[in-house]
Amino acid sequence: MYKIGLFIPCFMNELYPKASMDTLKILESFGLEVEYPMEQTCCGQPQANTGCAKETSILAKRFLEIFKKYDYIVAPSGSCVSMVRYNYKQFLEGLDGFEHIQKNTYELIEFIHDIVKPEKLNVSFPHKVGIHNSCHGHRELGLASMSEKNVEPFSKIKDILDMVDGITFSKLERNDECCGFGGTFAITEEAMSIAMGKARIQDHIDAGSEYITGVDMSCLMHMQGLIDREKLPIKTIYIAQILSKGLK
Amino acid sequence: MSNIGHPEAASKFASDIKRMKWHDKALWFVRKKRDLQSHSVKEWEELRKIADKIKTHTLSRLDFYLREFEKNAKANNIEVHWAKDANEHNKIVLDILQKQGAKKLVKSKSMLTEECQLNPFLEKNGIEVVDTDLGERIVQLRHEPPSHIVLPAIHLKKEDVGTTFEEFLHTQKGNSDPTYLTHAARKHLREKFLASDASLTGVNFAISQTGGIVVCTNEGNADLGASLPKLHIACMGIEKIIPKLEDLAIFTRLLARSATGQPITTYTSHYHSPQRDGEMHIVIVDNGRSKILANDKYIKSLQCIRCGACINTCPIYRRSGGYSYGYIIPGPIGSTLGASHDIEKNYTLPFACSLCASCTNICPVKVDLHEQLYLHRQDVVDAGLLDKTKYKALKIATWIMKYPLIMDISGKIARKIVPLLPRSIVYSKYNIWGKNRELPKFPKNSFKELYKARKK
Ligand code: SF4
Repeated sequence: MYKIGLFIPCFMNELYPKASMDTLKILESFGLEVEYPMEQTCCGQPQANTGCAKETSILAKRFLEIFKKYDYIVAPSGSCVSMVRYNYKQFLEGLDGFEHIQKNTYELIEFIHDIVKPEKLNVSFPHKVGIHNSCHGHRELGLASMSEKNVEPFSKIKDILDMVDGITFSKLERNDECCGFGGTFAITEEAMSIAMGKARIQDHIDAGSEYITGVDMSCLMHMQGLIDREKLPIKTIYIAQILSKGLK
Repeated sequence: MSNIGHPEAASKFASDIKRMKWHDKALWFVRKKRDLQSHSVKEWEELRKIADKIKTHTLSRLDFYLREFEKNAKANNIEVHWAKDANEHNKIVLDILQKQGAKKLVKSKSMLTEECQLNPFLEKNGIEVVDTDLGERIVQLRHEPPSHIVLPAIHLKKEDVGTTFEEFLHTQKGNSDPTYLTHAARKHLREKFLASDASLTGVNFAISQTGGIVVCTNEGNADLGASLPKLHIACMGIEKIIPKLEDLAIFTRLLARSATGQPITTYTSHYHSPQRDGEMHIVIVDNGRSKILANDKYIKSLQCIRCGACINTCPIYRRSGGYSYGYIIPGPIGSTLGASHDIEKNYTLPFACSLCASCTNICPVKVDLHEQLYLHRQDVVDAGLLDKTKYKALKIATWIMKYPLIMDISGKIARKIVPLLPRSIVYSKYNIWGKNRELPKFPKNSFKELYKARKK
């Protein structure tokens, strides 16, 4: 039996304990052995995306040391996983265990889809849901086919959500446009971030989504912030919170 | 062009919400046309792969292919000139014109001459320059630079064009019917063509093997220019080379589909020698390109065929407009080229990007655009250009993240205190997040605390 190291992004640990707990519950519900190493903090993405290579390198090395002992590392975040898989190379190449974590770090849905491969889930969520394909999970990890490319359409996210009873999906005008969170972009380019977020939410409202769901809490936090300020008739829900309905 | 950074210029553009939404929609429409076309070619991804390979190979032996090109062009009676920078380029062009006594120049689209600021230079030296591409002519009349590399006047509505033509071409007041305006422009441009002494075109592809160049346009203006006056000057960057004629088909299949969602441009014109009794000159320009060629991180930006697809798909460009970049080429490709060209002047451009990676995946020649912008950010930090407050904040955050205990304590304090603070303090002017967004509700416990409690 393999052992999973659970990585919870720093901001989720502080601000979204329930969504994080739901992530753990789902993994455990498959009978998997999951451990949350206590000394973990942050993968270094905010630093990396701002160009602070020295600082990123410190946090990347910490991540490697903490997680290299696990068979798999699973995180409820497409962008943190993308960081490990594609951006750590510059800082960790050649170090012991780097190739291992690069190959075996998975985003939650990707892990369920590719490794756990469940045949059914005992959950029901009778609502119309719009999937937010957050960019890093979508275009870097390849969780679904992107509109830019001429490839057979697929979506690992939808494959998993399809196992939920009663769920229906809204059809968006722009299936995979960025919501404008973008990490420190949300602050540096505030006006753009807001305009992009509002456009995304409006697309979901027009398509009749009751909920916007996705694999990145950060995008949802940004959109929920706009929804709350503007008092819009829609909610966001992190995907693990749908999948863990009814789990103890 | 503005001296303010991208965020300020973008915010200004976006404050006219109606116009911003219109601009976004207009470009999204082009993006959708592109999707339709690219999805109708089943070997599309294969074509991108081959195009990438041809360009990668060519760049790896660029000196060879350039010399071959020069040799073959000369054998076709074309004169070839080399310019190391914009200045040299402009002087060479002026020199050619003066030798022939040419006073009136008609130009078809060339981003390179925009980059070199050729027009004002020639005008200062007594040459009349007329841009003959419709969009280019519109912005030229308005004394504006192009706001897009393929759709230079995309920032203007038809009413804006109507008033511009009223002023300069004396069209009917208040008439902004596109067909009417196009006819007026055509008549005006025909006169300019007939009276011209020389023409200047850009180059889409320069074929090393044949020593000829290829220009793709929709309006046929390059052809009129190159055929009417006896003197034709073509200006190109060193990266426009492709090795063989066969290679061209790969790129023409990709170019127009990516650019405007057409299967092919209306005109794909090959120029392989001067016209009878005429002269043809090709000016090959470096202007900073060999510096990029020598840099592994950014070399792929020289593969660009200037289709504009990355610009159309960019969710920031669509909402900030071409001028917000303050660089001659906007959007993702402009941001990386601008940062390579002059990081100090263009240090906000690598950050004018949410790293959504749409550009990289739409690019017909696989320029790794968002990865380049990510790396340019490190150059900005290395050059000491990152905002000091932001840098300090990230340094402190990194220090906290080195010590889990300190992270836990800071987190706990924040979660305890923030909910107790009055709204006016939490949402003060320093809270940029909270200007237009609510903060998430702060929970009582962190996940780590819940995890520990659960284990007991
Ligand atoms: S970088 Fe690629 S997508 Fe952008 S203009 Fe150049 S060729 Fe087109």
